[in-house]
Amino acid sequence: MKAAVIRFPGSNCDQDCYHVLKETYALDVEYVWHKEASVEQFDLIVLPGGFSYGDYLRCGAIARYSPVMRSVATEAERGKLVLGICNGFQILCEARLLPGALIRNNSLHFVCEHIHARLENMETPYTHTEVTKADGKLLTARTGLLLKLPIAHGEGNYRADDETLRDLNRNNQIILRYSDERGAISGEANPNGSAENIAGITNRAGNIFGLMPHPERACDPLLGSEDGKLIFQSVVETAMKKTKTAAPTTKRVT
Amino acid sequence: MNPDPAITPELVEKHGITPDEFQRIRGILGRDPNFTELGIFSVMWSEHCSYKNSKPELRKFPTTGPGVLVKAGEENAGVIDIGDGWAIAFKMESHNHPSAIEPFQGAATGVGGIIRDIFTMGARPVFSLNSLRFGPITGNGDSARAAAVAHNRRLFAGVVAGIAHYGNCIGIPTIGGEIYFDESYEGNPLVNVFCLGVLRHDEIARGGAVGIGNPVFYVGAETGRDGLAGAAFASRDLTEESKQDRPAVQVGDPFREKLLLEACLELLASGAVAGIQDMGAAGLTCSTCETASRAGTGVEIDLDLVPKREPGMTPYEIMLSESQERMLIIVTKGREQIVRDIFKKWDLPYAEVGVVKDDGMMRVRKGPDTVAEIPAHKLAEDAPIYNREATERSALPEIGTLPQVDPLEALPALLAHPSIASKNWVYRQYDHMVRAGTCVLPGSDAAVFLVREANKILAATSDCNALYCATNPREGAKIAVAEAARNLACSGARPLAVTDNLNFGNPYKPENFWQLRECVEGLAEACREFGTPVTGGNVSLYNQSPAGAIDPTPTVGMVGIIDSPAHITTQAFKHAGDAILLLGDIGTGLGASHYIKVLHGKKIGQPPTLDFAKEKALHEAVRSLIRMGLVRSAHDCSEGGLAVALAECCISGETQIGAEIDLTPFDQNPDAPRDPADLLFNEAQGRIIISVRRENASAALALASWQNIPAYRLGFTGGDYLRIKSSGREWPWPLPGLRTAWWNSIARTMEDG
Repeated sequence: MKAAVIRFPGSNCDQDCYHVLKETYALDVEYVWHKEASVEQFDLIVLPGGFSYGDYLRCGAIARYSPVMRSVATEAERGKLVLGICNGFQILCEARLLPGALIRNNSLHFVCEHIHARLENMETPYTHTEVTKADGKLLTARTGLLLKLPIAHGEGNYRADDETLRDLNRNNQIILRYSDERGAISGEANPNGSAENIAGITNRAGNIFGLMPHPERACDPLLGSEDGKLIFQSVVETAMKKTKTAAPTTKRVT
Repeated sequence: MNPDPAITPELVEKHGITPDEFQRIRGILGRDPNFTELGIFSVMWSEHCSYKNSKPELRKFPTTGPGVLVKAGEENAGVIDIGDGWAIAFKMESHNHPSAIEPFQGAATGVGGIIRDIFTMGARPVFSLNSLRFGPITGNGDSARAAAVAHNRRLFAGVVAGIAHYGNCIGIPTIGGEIYFDESYEGNPLVNVFCLGVLRHDEIARGGAVGIGNPVFYVGAETGRDGLAGAAFASRDLTEESKQDRPAVQVGDPFREKLLLEACLELLASGAVAGIQDMGAAGLTCSTCETASRAGTGVEIDLDLVPKREPGMTPYEIMLSESQERMLIIVTKGREQIVRDIFKKWDLPYAEVGVVKDDGMMRVRKGPDTVAEIPAHKLAEDAPIYNREATERSALPEIGTLPQVDPLEALPALLAHPSIASKNWVYRQYDHMVRAGTCVLPGSDAAVFLVREANKILAATSDCNALYCATNPREGAKIAVAEAARNLACSGARPLAVTDNLNFGNPYKPENFWQLRECVEGLAEACREFGTPVTGGNVSLYNQSPAGAIDPTPTVGMVGIIDSPAHITTQAFKHAGDAILLLGDIGTGLGASHYIKVLHGKKIGQPPTLDFAKEKALHEAVRSLIRMGLVRSAHDCSEGGLAVALAECCISGETQIGAEIDLTPFDQNPDAPRDPADLLFNEAQGRIIISVRRENASAALALASWQNIPAYRLGFTGGDYLRIKSSGREWPWPLPGLRTAWWNSIARTMEDG
């Protein structure tokens, strides 16, 4: 099982994602430069946070035209796991791999802080498992589970038309919503003005996940939260399972 | 192209060059300088680049120590060993003048400049701090003040947004710092930015043009007409007319710098680099003559080959431009293709613009014509040095009698004062968590960061209480160093080294120069005492608005190391039912205190004094208690004294925890003040509040007194109040009121007006 962290010019969470995949999960992980033509050999593709192309024009609007994105789209259609964090989420929206758009925070300020995100769907490749924290406590995926995660963005205000929002709800594609520390979805707990407090969504098939919070900054007790591990552990387990079931199939063919 | 103007005395004066200096230039050249050369001398011999008024003072700093790998002044930043083959490069720089005129770009390019200084050393920048000063942002109810307050807010908001813009985009977390608001900074804000990077010992890059015949590459953004002669602009007083200097403010592009950073680190790792220098102040001029001077060589460049943003730029403009995001790289001959490949990969402009020569000259050509030819070493190192006249400033008035203020009202007022209030409105705008290493979020005594590549935990702080320096510059400077060391001790760290940013008024005024000298001597003495060499920094003079000079502000940036994750300590109380202890004396004296400034609107009296022996013993004691695992929180008493420190322990954590404090036992202490304001708000130095498990209190007290540290049991944590009792009186403050006053003050001021 191989993981790719795409490096766009201006990516700045690439090293943090790489570190978690490599050191916490001992994965075979590679940086892939955005000018590369193919990500076919990878089972998990991570689009990290940052300011690709300086966020000029519009966040993610230029990066979606990077050569590598054509292959990302192809692999996503084939069901590969694609995880977009922060700027990665913005790029996935711009590339139309996820519906909707992320516009300027309603405060017009960049905002960096820990937030609580309520887990809305525990049956995705990214949010289904159980992790043991450093203090021995278990963090088990369940609907309504609160994750403490950092956010850091100026343009995380998720917007979509009513029909899209209806579809997202109907198909359980809304994975995370901003909430207060008791799990209430309120305007006060919404750090950027996102529609329906949306913090993260998947595509219809569930293999592409975009979220504004940074799980890679929440995988170490020293940093104040390990809740990001739930997402990484889930997706790593999913990818492992996929590659294991895929391997015999390949064998039979050859 | 217009012909260059003739060199007249007026033109020379306009360049800030004195008649004596002009004669010195003629002596060096053996002829009159041409227009381009005059411009080159004017920026290189500005205070900003040459330190001509401060050099004799700067020599007083201790700069050596067992861990010093690159000394102050040797290169773009000092380098300090942190063990296991790893080192850190760090430095602080000011961008005061540009920020006064154009706050957003001024601050943004300040951040960009300091980051370049760090990766020029071969280090990967890992975090930033900043130390900011503005005029008051409150008090606009007074109609005479409304316009000034509005302007101060605009500068404050613009500077914060500029720092956020640059730091967030480039992906270097801004994890701490300090901000003060005071009348003396009105019209002349201070923007001091700090950056730290990490590298292996064998990765230290040098800024010398070594190897005769090596090609000289220009890499990074194209040269434009922005920032023309910014260094010279920074070396003048700010006046009403300064707004016309807006072209001297550079425009930053953090995206370009991010690419430049990655490309340069990739290139440095390839081994193709013989020397590297960023183009900061004085741009192409400074980088060519300094690299040549360091290596004892010469550098020849051709301006026709320099990537330019617009056509028709004169040699004068190209040499004096301070366009951002540019570097000069001396490449080992034969390895040129590596440079081309890497910069092509990162889509950055690059050009081979010159060659290293053996004649010691900085020679600037434009095609076939030589447009400037100056001995590089003399230009870089032979600026005149001045010993300015120093006159002691008359002492400020004593305190006298002040009207009584009910402590119940005084504490929330202090907590809501923007200098003391929580800075969450600011640090929420900074990405303070990128690089996944921030162990202590902004707002505690020191920032704590895990550098993953080195597996080292660093602590860093910046400190300077300029109120103290205004009344007693020497003592104030000593206290700045002591407070930095104390903040590190409270966080569980051992101090390693210091960078400083000396912000003062016009040095030609003897009072200002006296303040500079006193502060430098105070800093030097304190740095010796704490064993923290000065690894570099910056001098910013001419911080003067029409209203006068700023309060002397020698900002100290101190870096320390924490030996184990278990030692990381923060200021907030952690559990109800813990014992609260005071290490150090109860103290007395309200001179130069925030209590007097905030509640009585005065800067009067003598600041507290510093006792090095006591202070050092206190820091050792706190560290040893932390190492034993006894300390659950530690916070030093600084602005606002004991009561403000206790309140911050109660309200700065994720959950608020009250405290029941009984100061009645101090009734028996003849040294303890009887006046409630003095008791609660004095700013005596050398005091730290810790909380420990109740069952560990006796042990902690015994260990402290065994180390000759006075230690007292103040009370215990818990409840919804901060309640302080003293000889029959009692002040109960409900926590929500304190929290709101402290947490929301700046946001309310900035957003609701």
